[in-house]
Amino acid sequence: MVSIDTDKERIYQLLNEIPDPEIPVISVTDLGVIRKVEWEDDTLTISITPTYSGCPAMKQIEQDIEKKLADSGYEKVKVKTVFTPAWTTDWISDEARERLRKYGIAPPQGSADKSLITTEPKVVPCPQCGSRNTQLTSQFGSTPCKALYKCLDCKEPFDYFKCI
Amino acid sequence: MDTKEALFKYCLRLADNNLVLGHRLSELCSNGPILEEDIATTNIALDLIGQARHLYQYAAEVEGKGRTEDDLAYKRAEREFYNTLLSEQPNGDFAVTIARQFFIDVFDYYFYKELLNSKDERLKELAARAIKEVTYHLRHSTQWILRLGDGTEESHKRLQTAVDGLWMYTGELFEMNEVDEILIKEGIAPNLNDIKTKWESKVSEVLAESTITKPEDGWMQTGSRKGMHSEHLGYILAEMQYLQRAYPDAQW
Repeated sequence: MVSIDTDKERIYQLLNEIPDPEIPVISVTDLGVIRKVEWEDDTLTISITPTYSGCPAMKQIEQDIEKKLADSGYEKVKVKTVFTPAWTTDWISDEARERLRKYGIAPPQGSADKSLITTEPKVVPCPQCGSRNTQLTSQFGSTPCKALYKCLDCKEPFDYFKCI
Repeated sequence: MDTKEALFKYCLRLADNNLVLGHRLSELCSNGPILEEDIATTNIALDLIGQARHLYQYAAEVEGKGRTEDDLAYKRAEREFYNTLLSEQPNGDFAVTIARQFFIDVFDYYFYKELLNSKDERLKELAARAIKEVTYHLRHSTQWILRLGDGTEESHKRLQTAVDGLWMYTGELFEMNEVDEILIKEGIAPNLNDIKTKWESKVSEVLAESTITKPEDGWMQTGSRKGMHSEHLGYILAEMQYLQRAYPDAQW
């Protein structure tokens, strides 16, 4: 019989294969939305937390988790939403940040304390050319988690993953 | 009224505020004054409608009569909505959109900060999520108040007109009724008198910096706590609820 811990490890590995629907270079575990994996009697319960209250990708993530686990032989799966602790970009791993950058999205700068939500980060380096000479175009971007910047050296516009 | 009924009505009030303002902002989708603000206002709408959904889900659970979030959003009549009159005011020009947003963002910021201390676990959790979003919204609207007020002669004039025109709807934000009384006693809801002091101080500070004259408090419009609305809400609901009214329980 497989021990519960080994099984959980396998489940995390499976979850790690599910890409974020909007930013496919990082997985849902990289993003930090998976909060808990547990067995409730014979039901496998996965707790997820929304990145933003209205993030339209949450429903997709829920369905992707259900499908992935069903395909891997887990029959009874429940995905539930939890709100505390509130999601923060601090949960995105360094490795995932590097993958974001290579994909063309500047990763969140610094840690998400209050001052960073109320003021702009000092420098957001350009993910294309690495220049630190960049400028905020808009506080909001193509998804709730991103802002728009432009590089004043290579002249490319780019997305910045907001620090929150 | 017992605590359960008060909590249900309270959640509806918070959810209605977010849904109606979210709907107003979503009207700017593809109609924003510039592309960046088109994206900004619809992003804010998305946050607000998301918050509304979680609040309706909780309201439905508290009520315990088998209604869903969709029933609450799409199948209540105008007189059963408790959103503030300010949230339903039309977008007007961009100065009106921003002034309305700024007044509500300042309120929401201090409100959710207080709600973090609620003895109701669910409201506390929802506040923890919402405060991050609202802080970001406030940063956006504050910057625009400063830019428009202290901008050109035209932008200053338009923002002053917007602030003057909307001022009579701001008093209602802080009105309390039996619902508040019951929930304040239980440590669930914040006392809005405390929020009012902080709101006035922040609004005065930003308006002064933007060179906009803060209007004198005069007659304040009222009614939403009893479900009495301006003529605008009916049109919003007619559009928002059309599909569920025409084809009840339709799914796609």
